[in-house]
Amino acid sequence: MADDVIEALEKKENQEPSESEWKETGNGPILSIGNLRVWFELKKWGFAHAGYVRAVDDVSFDLEAGGALAIVGESGSGKTSLMKTILGLYEPHEGKIVFEDRDISRFNKKELDWYRSKVGFIQQDPYGALPPFMTVKTILEEPMKINDVKDPKEREERVLKVMEEVRLSPPQEYLEKFPHMLSGGQQQRVVIGRAMIMEPDLIVADEPVSMLDASVRVEILKLLESLQKSHNLAVIYITHDLSTVRYFSDRIFVMYAGELVEKAEVEQILHNALHPYTKALLKGTSEPDARNADIIKEIPPGEPPSLVNPPSGCRFHPRCPKKIDGLCEIKVPPEFEPAESGHLTACWLYDNDVDKT
Amino acid sequence: MKKFIRSLKEIVQYPAAMIGSIVIVFLIILSVVTVIVLPRQEAIRLWRGGDDTWQTSPKNAKPIWLNWFRREDLPKTIVVSTEDENVQRKVEIVDEEKSLKDIKYELTFDYPYQKFPQEISIFFDNKFENKSPYISATWITPDGREIKLTDFTADENHVYRFGLDSKLSRRVGGLDPHIGVFAKPDTDPPVALPGEYTLQITGLVFEENADVDAELVVYGQVHGLGGTDHRRRGIIIALLWGTPIALSFGLLAALGTTITTMIIAAFGVWYGGWVDELIQRITEIRLILPVLPILIMVGTFYSRSIWTMLGVLILLNIFGSSIKTYRAVFLQEKEAGYIEAAQAYGASNIRIIFRYLIPRIIPLMIPSLVVLIPSFVFLEASLAVLGLGDPTLPTWGKVMFDAQDNGALIEGNYYWILEPAFLLMFTGFAFAMVGFSLDRIFNPKLRGM
Repeated sequence: MADDVIEALEKKENQEPSESEWKETGNGPILSIGNLRVWFELKKWGFAHAGYVRAVDDVSFDLEAGGALAIVGESGSGKTSLMKTILGLYEPHEGKIVFEDRDISRFNKKELDWYRSKVGFIQQDPYGALPPFMTVKTILEEPMKINDVKDPKEREERVLKVMEEVRLSPPQEYLEKFPHMLSGGQQQRVVIGRAMIMEPDLIVADEPVSMLDASVRVEILKLLESLQKSHNLAVIYITHDLSTVRYFSDRIFVMYAGELVEKAEVEQILHNALHPYTKALLKGTSEPDARNADIIKEIPPGEPPSLVNPPSGCRFHPRCPKKIDGLCEIKVPPEFEPAESGHLTACWLYDNDVDKT
Repeated sequence: MKKFIRSLKEIVQYPAAMIGSIVIVFLIILSVVTVIVLPRQEAIRLWRGGDDTWQTSPKNAKPIWLNWFRREDLPKTIVVSTEDENVQRKVEIVDEEKSLKDIKYELTFDYPYQKFPQEISIFFDNKFENKSPYISATWITPDGREIKLTDFTADENHVYRFGLDSKLSRRVGGLDPHIGVFAKPDTDPPVALPGEYTLQITGLVFEENADVDAELVVYGQVHGLGGTDHRRRGIIIALLWGTPIALSFGLLAALGTTITTMIIAAFGVWYGGWVDELIQRITEIRLILPVLPILIMVGTFYSRSIWTMLGVLILLNIFGSSIKTYRAVFLQEKEAGYIEAAQAYGASNIRIIFRYLIPRIIPLMIPSLVVLIPSFVFLEASLAVLGLGDPTLPTWGKVMFDAQDNGALIEGNYYWILEPAFLLMFTGFAFAMVGFSLDRIFNPKLRGM
């Protein structure tokens, strides 16, 4: 009998790599994405292949432990597909997602569960994100039940702790409430609490404040910022709204039609945007200023291209005001680093060898 | 769960639902009491009923409560036995050496009715070894007339039926004997004479230990709370026992089909692809299958047991049209943010189906479940009316089948069909009232309508 227990314990030790082991592997990136393509197959008559929707095409980046990055882009640019692939909800067509030095595509069921408990997910619509038939307590306990936290006492302690962290206090007042009894901000705090309850290393936040009242937005963003600092969280913040980015992101990636067109520090983007699309996006962002009412903004003509049949070469070329004929529509631009170091952009304008006339 | 209970409490605000609930509670209590008071085996035995089980009941007698609505009471059944305590047994020794004895009884009873009974019989229970006793019987009316009924050498279990005695008919002036012995003299049409009647029975026995016992049954025109059928059985037994059978059949069938349908719909929607396709196609094929003919075939060729029928019915209804309804709701729900979140924190497919998809639909399901119960009760009754009822169990449908088979409506025995029909309607009405009210409680959008 005792032998069985020991054996079981040993087995468990062998199967589950202890956390410290992973942390020790150094200061390398917590999440590393290489040449990721997320393509969805289109089918004719239910079985015949009819092409792909190239939602994410050739995206690469690294995210340091405790770092925060924002992915910005229009609707339909592939942000959501990228996020869902990182969450393990979509299978990548090609490319690698490496989390704490392990390739998630090779994970078995158990490792996948471990990975999912290490990645928290904050959704856009807090009301939709909470099951209307569960109490706050049940909602917060669900991830723990799924991830084998079997002791009800421990679960309750962690629920109370996380509720304090997301400032739902006193917790007892909220435990037995259903989502519809909470305000939008409180709902979003529950969503954040649920993402935090498994003590993740990475949080993926999909437009966490866009559905909230303006008055609550700042609070929620500050809460996220403080959680990030106190837990040394890596955060991927996905938004179409540049005005909320600067709250806690270090870097911004601009996404267009499934590709990252510019990667830079927040300040670099805001003051020295390089890619024509980024510039257009920045112009589109409104500041609450009465003078803006009379200004007609220059926005790129046309709409984001179809992802089934994206434009050849640079995908922005049909809308680009600075298009270089004979180049942009033919060759896909590599990443250039024309200004500050670490400020990358995929645009032929910054290739020194190209005649810009 | 609390929310659910709170919703249930709202039911108090709907008078219709309250009335329905009271009726349902009444039916449930009735079922429980029936099952306790009249155990199943006993009910089946009574319903199968050999001749002697029901020999003291009249055929096709109306229920006794009919008298409450009549100016002149219809006669109830009167049973007088020589074994009753107040009946005196006189023994006169005729010849001691030959062991000849006269055993005399006087059976006296009060007959308060103006109407005539349905039939009169005397059941003898004689004991002897070799020589059968010789019995003679005389009828004494309240006005003192003595009518000689019969004399005969009796077997062990002799039954003397007045109606079959043509000599007696002549003696009472050509009337039917059971009318003649009660009629006032010289009335036309005959009217019964109320008062105290006496039946004298004299049995001449030839052996030491021989004995004569008799039981007089004056069959009334009303009998029992439910009346009786063509086989003298008390219909009340089927009415009482039909209640637990109908309720449990309805509930089991409704639960069985609704829950399996819901789960199948949820699996189809969640897994999608060929699973969903397959479920859809099966449903569509099933929708054009005629249920009743299939049930009739099963009943005819395989088994008419109520459990077989229940099983076949559930199987046929699993892929019913409600799959389409549930699917529509699930498809919408599948896209909900909390499902995505659950996937992101690693909930398994089964967990998502049972913990996230299905709970949302339960408020929608409960009212339809409640409304579905009586439809299965009706279906069971319809099967019985078609002659496919369980051969052993007494049910409402069986009563209607017998009634129809024996021309109840043509012969004016309305009670025979109306009683089970009323219970069926009563049940359907109660569940419908509760179901529609629950629908309003759980689906507040309906309230404005």
